[in-house]
Amino acid sequence: MSSVAASPPATAARAVRTRGPSVATVYRWELRKLISQKRTYLGFALVVILPIFFVVFQNVRQSHDRGGDNIFAAQITQSGLATPVLMLLFLSVFMLPLAAALVAGDIVAAEDGNGTLKTILTRSVNRGQVFGAKVLAAITYATIAVFLSAAVATAAGVVSWGFKSVRTFSGTIVSAPEALLLVFASNGIYLIPLLTVAAIGVLLSTATRNSAAAVVGTIGLVIFLFILAQIPGLEGIRPYLLTEQFENWHGLLRTPTDWAPIAHSAWVCALYALPALFAAYLIFLRRDVAGG
Amino acid sequence: MSDAAAPPVRARGLVKRYKEVLAVDHIDLNVCAGDVYGFLGPNGAGKTTTLRMALGLITPTEGSVELFGRDPMRRGARALDGVAGFVEAPRFYPYLTGRKNLELLAALDGHGAATRIDEVLGIVELAPRAGHRVGGYSHGMRQRLGIASALLRQPQLLILDEPATGLDPAGMRDMRRLIRRLADEGMTVLLSSHQLPEVQELCDRVAIVDSGRVVYEGSLSDLRRQGGAGYRLRTTDDARALDLAREQQGIDHALADDNGLGFQADERAVAALSLALGRAGVGILTLAPELATLEDLFFRLTEDGDGAGQAPSAVDEPGASDVERLVPTR
Repeated sequence: MSSVAASPPATAARAVRTRGPSVATVYRWELRKLISQKRTYLGFALVVILPIFFVVFQNVRQSHDRGGDNIFAAQITQSGLATPVLMLLFLSVFMLPLAAALVAGDIVAAEDGNGTLKTILTRSVNRGQVFGAKVLAAITYATIAVFLSAAVATAAGVVSWGFKSVRTFSGTIVSAPEALLLVFASNGIYLIPLLTVAAIGVLLSTATRNSAAAVVGTIGLVIFLFILAQIPGLEGIRPYLLTEQFENWHGLLRTPTDWAPIAHSAWVCALYALPALFAAYLIFLRRDVAGG
Repeated sequence: MSDAAAPPVRARGLVKRYKEVLAVDHIDLNVCAGDVYGFLGPNGAGKTTTLRMALGLITPTEGSVELFGRDPMRRGARALDGVAGFVEAPRFYPYLTGRKNLELLAALDGHGAATRIDEVLGIVELAPRAGHRVGGYSHGMRQRLGIASALLRQPQLLILDEPATGLDPAGMRDMRRLIRRLADEGMTVLLSSHQLPEVQELCDRVAIVDSGRVVYEGSLSDLRRQGGAGYRLRTTDDARALDLAREQQGIDHALADDNGLGFQADERAVAALSLALGRAGVGILTLAPELATLEDLFFRLTEDGDGAGQAPSAVDEPGASDVERLVPTR
């Protein structure tokens, strides 16, 4: 800085700020930050490697059990479009919630831990804008994780076993194009409970200010709810457990389409997600940023 | 509402309590336009907490702080228009380059801030390293990036918390030059610092805080003047001169050391002593006034007795209790 005198700062022209940046601007930068972090790709790797491993293993395997419990498991080698359905079945329980929690649980707490929250909160953006952008970024990440996994599973399955018709849970055969549409629609429906997991992750991230605690807490809650669902005598609360909603997309793969579990999961998930996001918002708005 | 004539910083009765700990205890601050305002105090005195409240990062338990008449707790980010700076060490995203960090912050500032990135990188001499990740930056480079990020906002008020901490002597010198230069261009600077020479060199007004309370607020020159005028005398016969000084009315605290004599007196008593020395055949080698240093005054204010109990309310001129405490006791 010894040559400061040679290059005058632009203090002479005072900027008159009429309005601050939009949530979209903050959101774009949240995505850029995500793209620049290795952790982001860890979650993606988790949900991509498993479908590839599954397909490779099934190709190497000599004999296939064609009479499994699941109708799609029985069709593995008959249609490549059975693979993404099976993968959604497997990954929806733990791996995709883990991927969503990895980013949602980190998205506020990491800024707190690094001290960068104070950096961005002393610029021309309000806390509400920052919070909104972070929630959108967590949602975006979870959505990409789901569809990336579906795309990889579909591609791997189709390459191995062809783009063929499949039999749904109801036993009805649907054409390959329709099956492909149903695969991606199912993943879209699955986003309802997954984004609820992300909302809980954001709440824990905001409240605990600790990334590890928030990620572990989110996954811990999912596991806790799974265990709760297994306890005899608690059958009455099962329809209202978040983890039960992870199967909401099954209704799409029936003929005719069963919308009831989808609608049910929508309002049950809303009961989890909206209070979580509202609480996180209030905490974020009112909290002291004293770290860093 | 903001007021064009409102001072850059005005805090009234600012209190921050963390359960039983009273971090900030009814602090009043008045930073005027064009001030280079030193905010001094020992560790844990409440300086950083006060600055965080000023920037809207933490909520005061009581009282209020306004920046150009705008309360950050009520106006949010709009209250920070024309204000920039950092508290504690400036923090950045280590996985992004210096330039990317500035681009991000410029996006959050809006309105042309991005067009000033090259300019501010040049000012802090970080342009050659702008493409490197901040994770690999030294402490000094991060401090400079902190200044660059603040200048992006073209601030009228620059709030800096220990900007020279951790810098090597050359870095400290450069930081002082930069602050001096920004101040010369009309920027108001609120500088929290442990570096007393830095404050003495840069600041015209200061607030000294101790145990969460302001124990002095006013001009640095007033503070030093009220610290008591001392004199240093070297003669051809210091032992005889000491005897004469002790016999002379109006001469106090006369002491001899390796550098001659030190004493306190008003000008009339000093003149009388000079004549007495001449009559006694003692030659005067040097006779020079010696103002108390900021360091002397700082320690007197923050270490003598119970600072909290004796602190006056923050006013432009120190109260009687300040003056009493500033009188040298040696």
